[in-house]
Amino acid sequence: MRRARSGLAAILPGLWLAIFFAFPFLLVAKLSASDSALAIPPYTPRIDWSQGLAGVRAFFAALDGETYVRLTRDSLYVDAWLSSLRIAAIAAGLLLLVGYPIAYGVARCPPRLRQALVMAVILPFWTSFLIRIYAWIAILKPAGVLNGLLAAVGLPPVDILNTEAAVLLGLVYAYLPFMVLPLYAVLERQDESLIEAAQDLGCTPLQAFWRVTFPLSLPGAAAGALLCFIPMAGEFVIPDLLGGSETLMLGRVIWTEFFANRDWPAASAVAIVLLATLVIPILLFERQQAKVTR
Amino acid sequence: MSGRPNIGGIRETFAPWEDPTARPLVRFEGVSKAFGDTQAVNDVSLSIYEREFFALLGPSGCGKTTLMRMLAGFEQPDAGQVMLAGRDIAADPPHRRPVHMMFQSYALFPHLSVAQNIAFGLKRQGVARAEAAARVEEMLALVRLEGLGRRRPDQLSGGQRQRVALARALAPRPRILLLDEPMAALDKKLREETQFELMNLQQTLGLTFMIVTHDQDEAMVVADRIAVMRAGEIVQVGRPAEVYEAPADRYVAGFIGDVNLFEGRVATSEGGRVRLLSQDGPIEAEGAGPVGETAWIAVRPEKVAVHSEPQPGDNVLAGTILDYGYLGDWTTYLVEVAPGRTIRAARANATRTVVRPLGCGDAVWLSFEPASAVVLTR
Repeated sequence: MRRARSGLAAILPGLWLAIFFAFPFLLVAKLSASDSALAIPPYTPRIDWSQGLAGVRAFFAALDGETYVRLTRDSLYVDAWLSSLRIAAIAAGLLLLVGYPIAYGVARCPPRLRQALVMAVILPFWTSFLIRIYAWIAILKPAGVLNGLLAAVGLPPVDILNTEAAVLLGLVYAYLPFMVLPLYAVLERQDESLIEAAQDLGCTPLQAFWRVTFPLSLPGAAAGALLCFIPMAGEFVIPDLLGGSETLMLGRVIWTEFFANRDWPAASAVAIVLLATLVIPILLFERQQAKVTR
Repeated sequence: MSGRPNIGGIRETFAPWEDPTARPLVRFEGVSKAFGDTQAVNDVSLSIYEREFFALLGPSGCGKTTLMRMLAGFEQPDAGQVMLAGRDIAADPPHRRPVHMMFQSYALFPHLSVAQNIAFGLKRQGVARAEAAARVEEMLALVRLEGLGRRRPDQLSGGQRQRVALARALAPRPRILLLDEPMAALDKKLREETQFELMNLQQTLGLTFMIVTHDQDEAMVVADRIAVMRAGEIVQVGRPAEVYEAPADRYVAGFIGDVNLFEGRVATSEGGRVRLLSQDGPIEAEGAGPVGETAWIAVRPEKVAVHSEPQPGDNVLAGTILDYGYLGDWTTYLVEVAPGRTIRAARANATRTVVRPLGCGDAVWLSFEPASAVVLTR
């Protein structure tokens, strides 16, 4: 009885996953195994329903992994893949460095102030993401706000728009809440008597932080880093708006293949490779979480 | 102390607080502490001696934990001094005080094994690895957790966690061990066992323990002396038997154990005996009181005898049994001696069968010896 009910409860999320994840995923996987063609839509094979079962069979026979082989041959894809992972990894590291002190500071505030500060971390989400990234263009452009400020204090101007630095800045800015919130959640939950116990047993406040607070906050740091790393590796808007043409990221490659080259199979294959790459850290994270909760 | 009657019928030999030349290990001198508008601790002076098991007893919010935390260094007194072995330690941060605390929540480090938890303080002291490992083993044996060193705290039962917390606080050999409600999370049976274990440990190690508790039974069992606190102040300090048999005031009498109180005007006070005119008639008790003024005579239920026949003499009250509770070892009776006025009496069930058992509605006569009652003026 109970089992039947829990089975029923699983139907809705299962249906959701099937419609909005499994089906589109299979569609993209099928596309990646097709060949590009000058047609509408721009790929073959397509199932010829008039032939019946034979048509379906012919369709599956025409699917191959040729596009994937093409990806490994062209250094553009490999470079973009490596560069995406590198930029996302650096940004995740920077986010940890910036986000940890913020989360720690908020968690150590009196409870009433905490609410307001958490709100302040979330507040930027109330404005459009796109507008906020455009604002960075206005700040970073050669005659922008940043250089105006630098000139005012007598410093030489910097020209970082359309560089990797600008992309990193944009990523750290946009993803900061995703780093701060999971870190804050573990830090805020931490029993204060643990710190007192560490100090009682001979730790200076700094030692108590490194030996107790920090190791216990690692699950939050891992959650935050992954929560940021995964979407950042596939990020399109930020590198497109803030990064120059030399900033290679898979998100842009997918866009270019789809819309500029009309090479749907290549775009789909890149998307599948990105997904496969990101499954690895997710699995690692799952394992680590399972270890913690055990 | 030959002339003094022996309170509680227990002969005690350990009493450094009665020796004027003894120097206390810990001394609170006029200590006060306020949190906002709340005066948590108000002008407390207290001495704790080497090898003593000292209990701070009081209801929650009475300031007992704050007082202990000031000794650990987690709170700074607003006024007064906290001294350890004759030295004012006010300026020392918690990590420099040779005082260790066992936290009410145990505060075990969840990311470290049992052995690493116990070695935590030793590492900070710079104890060599081999020696620390030996000490950890010694501690595990002491708290009977041999072989569990590699476990994580969350793989232990509540009682085991409590013993790890104890071992961790004891391992660096503190001058004084502070126990903050150490048994609050244990069930009754385990709590009683642990109380005796703690006493044993304190005796064998020859250490000084200070316990904070709201449980009067616990304080009575473990402590050499009890300080009863109320609203930031210490009301009475004494041996368990003194606090029980000679409470300083009505608050202490009521907080520790059950008590029957007779309020009235003191008619006479002579020859070590007080005669009080109460609403229940004249009551006598040994002691002294201010003639003509209001005072109270307190008598514990177990010192009130229950009879089925009228009794001659003083301190006899006639009434009917309103209710009773059979506790196995004791039976307590609630006797109505006047409309709305009840007296509690307790009788040890010394035999298995009684020829004429008492029940609700029975007419009884209560009596107690003047020597069994105390006169309270506050």
